[in-house]
Amino acid sequence: MTASEPPVQVAREATSGALTGVRLGRAALSWVRQKPLGAAGAVIVLGMLLVALLAPVIAPYDPVRNAFDRMHVPPSTAHWFGTDQFGRDVLSRLVYGARTAMLVGLVASFIGASLGLMLGVASAYFGGRFDLFFQRLMDIFMAFPLIIMALAIVSIFGTGAHNVIVAITVPFIPRCARVVRSSALAVRELPYIDAARACGFSHARIMLHHVAPNVMAPYLIMLTAFLGQAILLEASLSYLGLGVQEPTPAWGLMLQGGAEEYAESAPWMAIFPGLAITVSVFAFNLFGDAVRDTLDPRLRSTG
Amino acid sequence: MTRYIGKRLLLMIPTLLGAAVFVFLLMRLIPGDVCELRLAGEGAYADEKAIQLCREQAGLTKSLPRQFLDWIWGMVRGDFGVSMWTGRPIIYEIGLRFQLSLQVAIMATMTAILLAIPLGTLSAINQDTWIDYGVRAFSIAGLAMPSFWLGILIILALLIGTQALWGTPWMPPIQYTPIWEDPVANLSQLVWPALATGYRYSAVAARMTRSALLEVLQEDYIRTARAKGLVEHLIINRHALKNALLPVVTVIGIEFAFLIGGLVVTEQVFNLNGLGKLFVESVGNHDYTLTQSLVMLVALVFIMTNFIIDLIYAWIDPRIRYR
Repeated sequence: MTASEPPVQVAREATSGALTGVRLGRAALSWVRQKPLGAAGAVIVLGMLLVALLAPVIAPYDPVRNAFDRMHVPPSTAHWFGTDQFGRDVLSRLVYGARTAMLVGLVASFIGASLGLMLGVASAYFGGRFDLFFQRLMDIFMAFPLIIMALAIVSIFGTGAHNVIVAITVPFIPRCARVVRSSALAVRELPYIDAARACGFSHARIMLHHVAPNVMAPYLIMLTAFLGQAILLEASLSYLGLGVQEPTPAWGLMLQGGAEEYAESAPWMAIFPGLAITVSVFAFNLFGDAVRDTLDPRLRSTG
Repeated sequence: MTRYIGKRLLLMIPTLLGAAVFVFLLMRLIPGDVCELRLAGEGAYADEKAIQLCREQAGLTKSLPRQFLDWIWGMVRGDFGVSMWTGRPIIYEIGLRFQLSLQVAIMATMTAILLAIPLGTLSAINQDTWIDYGVRAFSIAGLAMPSFWLGILIILALLIGTQALWGTPWMPPIQYTPIWEDPVANLSQLVWPALATGYRYSAVAARMTRSALLEVLQEDYIRTARAKGLVEHLIINRHALKNALLPVVTVIGIEFAFLIGGLVVTEQVFNLNGLGKLFVESVGNHDYTLTQSLVMLVALVFIMTNFIIDLIYAWIDPRIRYR
């Protein structure tokens, strides 16, 4: 292991010592030095989160109010990123759009990866028929392209932010479960699991307290990899008209309709939302790559 | 080997059957049905009797297990039935679009391979130089950029570029012409979506090429090759790349399978009438039979691709033996 401390270990130390704040700070600092790109990504991600939280303070205009006397205004000091076909300020819509993107991205990745963790651990722990059946089930889910799966879910439950989260979460579950299962299979064979069983602990307790903490690395890697994907998926679904609905500001939605129609005469409408998506996914990917390299240098990216 | 192939082909049946059950139930969970939608539209009044008649004709009044068995039995006999929405044979509806989607997928794959392998190799052999950083930035940006935004930018650049060059803006043709009828018209329509999806695709593959090659370059046999004084380009091309290609092939294969049905967004931007668009329409129309057949097609392509990847593995790496 190199000098950099994996976050898991950091978290464990944090609970044990009195000097937790100092230690955490030092660990974070050494991580920043080791992974400057990942740190840059983390900074952008934090910035995005702040923008999302403080949207009402930052946004100069109301993101949903139409102003038909100010349609297609090019970027200026009054409207930094111009206005759209309804006279709404593009910057304000981008700022509020960060809320949608972060909410969907964080919630979908967290729930998707966590359910995947539980199912993956259970599948490896129980093994046998349960495992076999479960793996075939995952095969079936995986054979559905992600976006098509999301499409079906949206058409069952309808559009809107909550259902978009469900639609993005479901395809994440088997992907995480697969990876976690393969790590948990090795953990299951370790002697301390036998020892725990000999102590008469329940299956649930062994899985939660003994197996799960040891497959945190693949779980965190999948979780961080999902973040960028979730934001991209939300944007794609909203762009197709299957995601977040007008007038809620969302980046993908901003690229739909007007932005395409007026791309030539009002290119700012098409350029800035796309840039917002690209920069945030870029940042999440940089951060995710660094987390992956720190936790498991052997694991390769599969994109 | 034959035994292995046979076993793998047999194992496809339960997975496909599972996918069939899954999509069958999923479609029937969507509220409303094709008859309501076709006759009554959204909220309009329609004669209850007419809707009932339509349902009977479409076979929707039969019990669910019966409907399922009819469908499966039809597929086993090679009869995929007719689309509930248009009434035309499903083979015809899919055949019309499959050509286009397949061509875009193949062109995007070629773009990806042509870009990814040289770039990934370049990046790996110049690890931690500005070339490496440039390639990595290029590929991380490719992963981050939504393909529909890239599509919009490409169209915008074409409009502005042709306007500046010839004075009149030019747009790619909207009508699809098969490549053997008019290759110029065909390519001028499909090159752009292929580039827009090919970029992301090449980003994924280039990252994989880089990391796989870096790993292989650490191996003992590479050091041996260097020690005996072998020319560097031979070491890379003959010795290292061959072994590094395995994971790259996997990634390329999986992405290809995804492209067949997953071009939904790109097709939307470029207004292409492909499988992805058909998918969105058929789900929206509650066209059970067409959606089901499409899912089966996509699932089959996915499973077959995985299978072919495994066979290519054995071909590239003779150490791998399947039983």
